[in-house]
Amino acid sequence: MTTVATAPERRRRRLSGSTAALGILGLFTIGALLEVLPRIGVLNRRFFPPSSEILTTLIEQLGEGAFWTAVSDTLRGWAIGLTIAMVLGIAVGVIIGSVPFLRDVTSSTIEFLRPIPSVALIPLVVLLYGTKLQSALILIVYAAFWQVLVQVLYGVADVDPVVRDTARSYRFSRWTQLRQVVWPTALPYVMTGFRLAAAVALILQVTAELVIGVPGLGRNLGVAQSSGAVSLTYALVVAVGIIGIAINLFARALERRILNWHPSVRRDVAR
Amino acid sequence: MAGAGTPRRGSDDATPALDVRGLRKTYTGHGQDVEAVRNLTFTIRSGELVCIVGPSGAGKTTLLRCISGLLSVTGGEVILDGQKVTGPPPGMAVVFQEYGRSLFPWLTVRQNVELPLKEKGLKKAERAEKVATALEAVGLTDSADAHPWQLSGGMQQRVAIARAVAYEPSVLLMDEPFAAVDAQTRADLEDLVRDLWHRFKVTVLFVTHDIDEAVYLGERVLVLSHRPTVILEDVDIDLPDERSQLETRSTPRFAELRHHVYELIQAAKQGFRPENEPV
Amino acid sequence: MRLTSIGRQLLMTIALPVILLALWWVVSADNTSPFWPSLQKILQAFPDTWTSDRVMEDIVPSLARLALGYALALLVGVGLGTVIGLSRPVRAFLEPALEFLRAIPPPVIIPVIALFVGYSGWTSKIIAIALGCLWPILLNTVEGVRGLDEVLVDTARSYRFRRPTYLYQVVLRGSSPQVATGARQALSIGVIMMVISELFAADNGLGAAIVQAQRAFAIPEMWTGIILLGVIGFLLSLIFRLAEWRALAWYRGLRRSERGT
Repeated sequence: MTTVATAPERRRRRLSGSTAALGILGLFTIGALLEVLPRIGVLNRRFFPPSSEILTTLIEQLGEGAFWTAVSDTLRGWAIGLTIAMVLGIAVGVIIGSVPFLRDVTSSTIEFLRPIPSVALIPLVVLLYGTKLQSALILIVYAAFWQVLVQVLYGVADVDPVVRDTARSYRFSRWTQLRQVVWPTALPYVMTGFRLAAAVALILQVTAELVIGVPGLGRNLGVAQSSGAVSLTYALVVAVGIIGIAINLFARALERRILNWHPSVRRDVAR
Repeated sequence: MAGAGTPRRGSDDATPALDVRGLRKTYTGHGQDVEAVRNLTFTIRSGELVCIVGPSGAGKTTLLRCISGLLSVTGGEVILDGQKVTGPPPGMAVVFQEYGRSLFPWLTVRQNVELPLKEKGLKKAERAEKVATALEAVGLTDSADAHPWQLSGGMQQRVAIARAVAYEPSVLLMDEPFAAVDAQTRADLEDLVRDLWHRFKVTVLFVTHDIDEAVYLGERVLVLSHRPTVILEDVDIDLPDERSQLETRSTPRFAELRHHVYELIQAAKQGFRPENEPV
Repeated sequence: MRLTSIGRQLLMTIALPVILLALWWVVSADNTSPFWPSLQKILQAFPDTWTSDRVMEDIVPSLARLALGYALALLVGVGLGTVIGLSRPVRAFLEPALEFLRAIPPPVIIPVIALFVGYSGWTSKIIAIALGCLWPILLNTVEGVRGLDEVLVDTARSYRFRRPTYLYQVVLRGSSPQVATGARQALSIGVIMMVISELFAADNGLGAAIVQAQRAFAIPEMWTGIILLGVIGFLLSLIFRLAEWRALAWYRGLRRSERGT
């Protein structure tokens, strides 16, 4: 009753060997369960094809040109949308963040616009652009922009006032202040914004494909589902999931790299 | 402040409150064993205030965690009130060094003190009375409805002490409780511990790395060796019962005792071990 | 002095929104593009579009499904997250699998659910919302429970807290800031899922109403729907933040005192 936690449990962030092994074992166990349960009839095979069947379908897909076209469509939309959102978010964020007046005057508007679900714009973009890539881009940029903007604003606000005053007293030019004082402080926040925006951008790219019919994996998924290709549906879900993981790992790796390069922020990373 | 009737020290025939026999703790991990505590034996009689002092790295915290049942022992046994300790026992309360982290930040001071009593199954009226007494004793009656993080470090540790005292444990364990507060606060808190010990007649085991603190507070001081830990000496502190920061610390006897313990600690740092070391 | 500063604050808060609305009004006033009706037209269309019947038929079901799905995700996410977070082997065993499930963009589960129960009806929508909201809540709870302060846990153990007290007073409350972070992320995903799930079936709900208006080329009506969705999204996040502000007052205070020293 009183044993509430193992006593010498210290938090270990780094993956130890046994932890990683357990995780892989976990993936395999779940895979095996999804193989066996449909086969022995616990799960209805019509809806739950055995995992080997899904895997086979996925491997078949890897050999098809159409699959790779869809992957590149999805990734292209994601990358373009994300880039626009990053550029806009950083530019607007640095400008608004550096000028106290702009900060005060825009905060209510930002707080109002930010939670508006970008999917509300779906009917409008359908009218404007139909199934063209622009439809997806508008949804992505609207959703991802706020993630970046808010982080940049936090970052700019985090500049140490003493450092800022020092820079001013030495009469650094505005540009130098920006480059040497504001940007290094804001960079970790920018990278956080990037990581969040990358995930959001993928969600909206896939949504646009699925709901509007913009070319990409999501559209193939919708078609597979409506034509009753069950194991293909699952295979595409797995493919989208793998892309999601890859994007996440990519964003984290980029974050680590950029922040390691930057000596002035190493302190923050170490924390 | 201490009445004549106050038992200065538990009598020899009294049942021991805490009995540690041949305690041993070895950490296992990564293919190599680290022997932290080796064969530790001592007894604390009911009503005593005993300090444990040792060089840094003497495994003081390990020892305390073993005694409090938070850590399982490798060998030997800890007996509290005649019962062998296998997990945290009912008759024990612990005051940790990290006061800021041992109080529940989402509860008020009063709720922090009251919660363990609730868990003990005390009725509401009884709880309220004990909480009020304990908070009054540590001088925090006015801060009862504040949250711990609104208080200074010293006051936070007073809350933790009030919580432990209100719990009415057979043995109160204190793990370097004043290591993280400033010197003046520290002196106040030391006097508070002596005061509470008299007032509530609680048995106290006080772990510290500070020699002056150990000598000033304790009726006995157990000096630990370097790791793997054994007891170097059980020093009897024959200072008068009534102590004051100014008077007691300037008596020749205090200086002698302090000197003696200091030498022991220095020897311990050099790796000195008792000759008839039990293995 | 105080009054003028409050006045200034108020001015700062409403100035830009008023200017933007005025700008919209003026710029759209004599716009001939069919997709951008004038703001005046949109506002005029509002009372006719959102009659009390429509509110009952579309808005209420949408919000009810969102509430049900979200509540389900909170219950399951916090419950499972606590179980997983408390045990190191379970955590190591499940974490990669959970990270994979979290990486799947939530809208993708809607077609999968449709395999079982189709697109229409309440069940598929509630499940879609719940599954979309589940992962951020679950994984943040795991993280929060894992990050519980060891000293606090030791304190609870040494005072022999009973299991339910421990779970509520230490685990749940200790991880609540992290859980709130997950719940906040989940809420915006929940709104997205609410809208999308209705776009597929287009039987009833806010999303369906907007898409029907678009298909019927009732553009001002479509705009009223978009604006309504925006307002709902804003209000939901406002409610969430108020609730969080109240529930985590201790956390703000703690953080402030930590930064102060």
